[in-house]
Amino acid sequence: MTDTPDNRYVDDAPFDPQASIQQLERADLDAPNWVLVWRKFRTHKLGLISGIFLLMCYLMLPFAGFIAPYGPNERNGEHLYAPPQSVNWFYDGAFIGPHVFPIVAEADLETFQWKFVPDTDDPRPIRFFCEGSEYRLAGLIKTDRHLFCAPDGATLFLWGSDRLGRDIFSRILYGAQLSLTVGLIGISVSFFLGILFGSMAGYFGGRIDWVINRVIEILRSLPELPLWLALSAAVPSNWSPVAVFFIISIILGILDWPGLARSVRAKFLSLREEEYVRAAEMMGASSGRVIRKHLLPNFMSHLIASATLSIPAMILGETALSFLGLGLRAPAVSWGVMLNDAQNLASIEIYPWTAIPMLPIIVIVLAFNFLGDGLRDSLDPYQQ
Amino acid sequence: MVMLRYAVYRFFTMLLTLLVVSVLIFIIINLPPGDYLSNQIAELQASGQSAGVAKAEFLRAEYALDRPMWEQYLIWIGFWPGPHGFSGLIQGNYGWSFEFDRPVSEIVGDTLWLTVVVNLAAILFVYAVALPLGVIAAARSRTWIDYTSAFVGYLGLATPNFLLALILFYYGHRYFNLPIGGLMDPQFEGQPLSWDKIKSILIHLIVPTFVIGTSGASAMMQRLRANMLDELGKPYVETAIAKGMAPSRMLTKYPLRVAFNPFVADIGNLLPSMVSGSVLVSVVLGLQTIGPTLLTALKTQDQFLSAFILMFVALLTLIGTMISDILLVMLDPRIRYEGREA
Repeated sequence: MTDTPDNRYVDDAPFDPQASIQQLERADLDAPNWVLVWRKFRTHKLGLISGIFLLMCYLMLPFAGFIAPYGPNERNGEHLYAPPQSVNWFYDGAFIGPHVFPIVAEADLETFQWKFVPDTDDPRPIRFFCEGSEYRLAGLIKTDRHLFCAPDGATLFLWGSDRLGRDIFSRILYGAQLSLTVGLIGISVSFFLGILFGSMAGYFGGRIDWVINRVIEILRSLPELPLWLALSAAVPSNWSPVAVFFIISIILGILDWPGLARSVRAKFLSLREEEYVRAAEMMGASSGRVIRKHLLPNFMSHLIASATLSIPAMILGETALSFLGLGLRAPAVSWGVMLNDAQNLASIEIYPWTAIPMLPIIVIVLAFNFLGDGLRDSLDPYQQ
Repeated sequence: MVMLRYAVYRFFTMLLTLLVVSVLIFIIINLPPGDYLSNQIAELQASGQSAGVAKAEFLRAEYALDRPMWEQYLIWIGFWPGPHGFSGLIQGNYGWSFEFDRPVSEIVGDTLWLTVVVNLAAILFVYAVALPLGVIAAARSRTWIDYTSAFVGYLGLATPNFLLALILFYYGHRYFNLPIGGLMDPQFEGQPLSWDKIKSILIHLIVPTFVIGTSGASAMMQRLRANMLDELGKPYVETAIAKGMAPSRMLTKYPLRVAFNPFVADIGNLLPSMVSGSVLVSVVLGLQTIGPTLLTALKTQDQFLSAFILMFVALLTLIGTMISDILLVMLDPRIRYEGREA
């Protein structure tokens, strides 16, 4: 490198006209698709961060019980609608580790509300790896160890408590287990149906195409929510929460597939005329094999990207249904069920922390949107 | 002339779709085991009130609920003579609400046109917001305007709109003294249309319109921005700039016209989600649209009421889609409407 007087750098090495050709290495051209996709996806910072964040959220699900200081339905009758407690590290100017102040409920005889007064003279350190309520780790191992719990004789409501004195922070962690998986189950159903009908319509064409197309048109022209409402109203109320949960996610999926089917069909219409498809057919491959082995892999990645983008709608759908009381019902815990408590103006005004489950919903939905955008942008590694 | 033929053709496909939709709705409504009356009969028998049972049995026969399913459907639509001759949706008889013990038409009455008003307002809001913002975001892409509008747009997509409704209502009331709940001041309810009533409705519409429209507006804004960006890269834009055309005139005269198409076509996608949103928001905010009625009807298995409301909602979206299709053909001569063979 040499500095020229006008502050530019000039390489001393002689110019090699072959250099740009050599740079396109063989290894690059032969690299499998996913390596190229990954390389491009890495440059999409927002998408990458969202992806890592979502991965961590899903990995956390089995350990929700461990991280949460309380059980999902553990009531604390002394502390109904307790406001969020702050965790302090310094007391009287000295570092004593994370601690909270015990709060005592006092009746305010003027507004007829409970007022919670922290006792600031009595710092109590938070316990770690402590024994608390019993839960099952990953649904299998019975244990009562928690990452952290409330100090002896005090409470630890990081995000406040609800109308039955249940810890909102713990319930959000437990609620994630249902709220986050609803989208996954729903999208699997929608993915399966969308690919099945879309590929049938696109590959066979003719009458099948016409019928499937009409069905898609009709389903797409109907407002989703009233249909969700009607379908989930049909779920018998005596079913167990788990069964209701599965049915709800399947309902969300059943009404979501037309969008996916349309894009699959459009792709198939253009791809089925390709020579390699004809070649496979000539060699006697069955329709199913042509579709699965020759056609679908062409745009599987696109489908995954668009599926990622439709998960948020399902999460919001579950929330809306549960919020209206037609989705999951207590004792099941989901974010929508929790928001059911924040349904009126009074709770927004007096107990604004009951609306906290809204934050994880927004964050998760945004993350899925960014991840989907990132995936979509990086899926065509040969395109600049 | 061709235009008219297309409109007529489109109208008939809409009717056909509506017919299929009615079958679908009827099936969904009848999915839960039992119906309102048989539940009531079981309840009355359990408590030993035989007089009530007789009345319920009478109603069952009166509304043909004791007939096979397909016959019930045809009677409901009005293709088949019921106990009182042909009297179904087509003949203008919307059925009987068991829960409220009144005819369906009486219950929904006023709420129908209020539903239409709310949805129209929301659509106008979407266009009014998305059009300028989308164009500006594209014209000033990668500046703070673009990023801010993208951020707000994403937030609009991600926030559950029922919560947005509650929060906006609360703050709107607190800082701007906007009214809480309902679609008009109570004294206007059931009154004939007057100037004051319209004013009251308009003020009450502000928050619901905003809430219902936000997610639709942000989706449309993003699409318009993407379309505009595609167009802005094309050589004709460069030519226009090189000629020294004023930027605003250049934008509106050329690229916007091309990017505008999907804007109209989108109403077909937009409308279903708007109607969904309005149902949800109406329940939360207690608007006098059909949303809350639908929810109670579904919960109590009041089948004629809920089926009628679902039909109405479907009709609303189908008409909207039809209008957008016809508009699209009028706007863009490149779109052919005779099917692929022609």
